[in-house]
Amino acid sequence: MKLAALLSTAALMATPALADEIRVLNWQGYGTDLGWATQAFAEATGHSVTHEYFNSEQEMLTKMRTNPGAYDVVLINAAFTTQAQEEGLIAAIDPAPMKNFAGIPANMAQNPDLNPGGALHGVPWTWGLTSFAVNTNDVKDIPTTIQVFWDPEYKGKVSIRDDALEAVQFAAIATGQDINDIQDLEAVREKLAALMPQIKTYWGSENDWNQFMASGEFEVATIWSGSAARSQSKGLPVQFVVPQEGAIAWLDGLSIPESSTHKEAALAFIDWMIDPAFYVKWDAEGAPASANGAAAAALPDESFNKRVLGDPDVVARVQFQRPVSEENRKAYLELWQALKAAQ
Amino acid sequence: MAIHPAGQRRLGVLGLLSPAYLWLTVAIFLPLSAMLYFSVLSDVPFGDTDWHYSLENYRAFWENPVYATLLWKSVKLGLMVTLVSVLVGFPCAYVLAKVIRGRARETLFLLVILPFWSNSLVRIFSWAIVLRGNGVLERSLNAILPFEVDVNLMFSTAAVVIGLVHSYLPYVILTSYLGLQAIDDSLIDAARSMGAGKLTILARVILPLALPGVLAGAVLIFVPVVGSFMEPRILGGRVGTYYGTVIEDQFVAVFNWPLGAALSFVLLAVVLGILALASPILRKAQT
Repeated sequence: MKLAALLSTAALMATPALADEIRVLNWQGYGTDLGWATQAFAEATGHSVTHEYFNSEQEMLTKMRTNPGAYDVVLINAAFTTQAQEEGLIAAIDPAPMKNFAGIPANMAQNPDLNPGGALHGVPWTWGLTSFAVNTNDVKDIPTTIQVFWDPEYKGKVSIRDDALEAVQFAAIATGQDINDIQDLEAVREKLAALMPQIKTYWGSENDWNQFMASGEFEVATIWSGSAARSQSKGLPVQFVVPQEGAIAWLDGLSIPESSTHKEAALAFIDWMIDPAFYVKWDAEGAPASANGAAAAALPDESFNKRVLGDPDVVARVQFQRPVSEENRKAYLELWQALKAAQ
Repeated sequence: MAIHPAGQRRLGVLGLLSPAYLWLTVAIFLPLSAMLYFSVLSDVPFGDTDWHYSLENYRAFWENPVYATLLWKSVKLGLMVTLVSVLVGFPCAYVLAKVIRGRARETLFLLVILPFWSNSLVRIFSWAIVLRGNGVLERSLNAILPFEVDVNLMFSTAAVVIGLVHSYLPYVILTSYLGLQAIDDSLIDAARSMGAGKLTILARVILPLALPGVLAGAVLIFVPVVGSFMEPRILGGRVGTYYGTVIEDQFVAVFNWPLGAALSFVLLAVVLGILALASPILRKAQT
C-alpha cells in the first residue's frame, strides 16, 4: 500500500519533466516556428515542438475536423474562434497556470470573440493591421488617405491581395462604412470596379509582395503591419501607412483543440509564446503587435510596433474584424469573383 | 479437360492487357469517381459538417453567368494557343523531318525536348523575368536598337499565350514530325517532276498527309490549355482570371471542393463536346 502510494507520488512528480511532443498548426513563418524559440522552449521544459501549416482559415478548420488528436496548439483568428468553439473543436482554457497571462489587458483577455459562451477559448497572442504601404523610391509625399489607390498617377502600379473578404472590407473603409456591418454593398462593388483598372496584379504571399516592391512594379499596395515591418527590416524602401479613413484590424489567439492529448504542455508553450522576452526578440526580426501589454511595453522606442501601432491616434481609427456570417462570406466571394472575371 | 486453344489465347490477351487496365482503374477511374462523388455533395463531408446529396453545384454553373463567361474565355485562350503552337511548330517539324539530316537533327531534337525536362514553374518564372518592364527583353532590345523601346508584356493576355505556347509547343512539334517523317520522299519528287510549285506541293501533298499528326498535337495542346491555371495566374495578373483559376480557388482558397469538382466536370463535358463536334474532321484526316 505504502509502496504504491510512494510510486504514484513519484510518478506525479515526474510528470512535468516528461517530454511531450507538441504539434502546432499555424501559418508558416508566423512566430511559433522560430527555431531559436522552440529550441529554448525544448531546453527549458523538455517538450519538443513540431509544425503543420495551413494557407487559409477554411483549411485550418478542415484539418482540425478531419484529424482529431493531431494538434495541441492552433492559431485561430478571433473572427473564427467562435465557429471553432461551436463545432466543439477547441477546449476552454484556464489561464491560471500561465505566469505571463497577467500582462494581457482586460479588453484583450475578455474579447467577446475569444470568449464564446463566456469561457476563454483563445489566448490573445498578436494583433495587427491590414492597411497599405508605399514604395518610397517612387512615392515622395507619403499619402494620408486611402483614396491614393484610385489616384490616376498610380494607374498600373497598385495592388491588393487576392482575397474576397479583405477586398470587400478594404472598399468598405474607402466608402466610409463599418467593415463588420456593410450596409451599401453596391457602393463597395462600384468602388472596387473603379479600382480594377488601377491594379497591376493581385498579390498572394508576402514573398510575392516583397519581390514586386523591390522591382518597383508596385508603388501602392495593401499589406499586413507585421509583414511591412519585416520588409522594412530587410531593407526594402517601403513605408506603412494607416490612412485617416482607418484600417482593418485583426486579433489572433492561440487555442488548444478539445482532442489534444498534451493539454498541459500546450499551455506551457502558449505561456512561452506570450512571454515578453520572446516577443522583444521576435519584434527585432519583424513581428505583428503583441496582445500582451507587458510585452508591448518592453519594446525599444524605435520599434515599428511601438511607433506605429502604439500610437493612440492610430488605435482609435482602426476597426477590428468580427466574425462574418456564411451568407455574407458567400456574397463577398461572388462579388469579388464577378469583378475578377470581368477583367 | 484441356483448355481450348482460342480460350487460351483470350487468356493470354487478358493477361497482357491487365496491367494497363489496372493502371487505368487506379490512376484515372478511381480519382474521377471520387471527384464525381464530391460534385454532388452540398458540403465537404469531413468531421461533423451537415451534408446531403444535391445538384446545386451544377446549378450554380447555370445560375451564375460568371462561370460561363470564364469558360468561353478559356476556350478562346485554348484556340489561340493551339493556333500559335501549330503555326510555330509545323515549320519547325518540317525542317527537322525533311531538311536537316544526321547529327544536327539529333541536337535540334534535344533542344526541342529540353524544356520538358525543367520544372514548369521554373519556366514560367523565367518568362516573368524576361517579359516584365525593365526586364531582360526590354534591356536587350534597347541595347541593340538605336531608339528606346518600352516593352512591358507582363500581366497581359500576350504573356499568358507566350508562356503556354512555350510549355506545350514540343507536343505539336513531335506529333507533326512523326506525320512528316512518314511521308515518302518519292511522292514529293513525283509532284515536283510533274511541275508542281513549292506551295502546291505543301498544300496538296505534304499538308494533307501530315494532317493526322498536326491534329493529334493540336488536341493534346487544346485540352490542357482550356483548364490551365498556373500560367494565367502568374503571367496574367489582373487579366489572368480564367475558368481554371476559379476551379483552383475552390480547392485551395475557398475550400469549396464540391463546387470545384462540379465545375471540373462541366469543363470535362464541354471539352468532350468540342472534340465530338470536331471528330468528323479528325476522322477524315486519318483516312
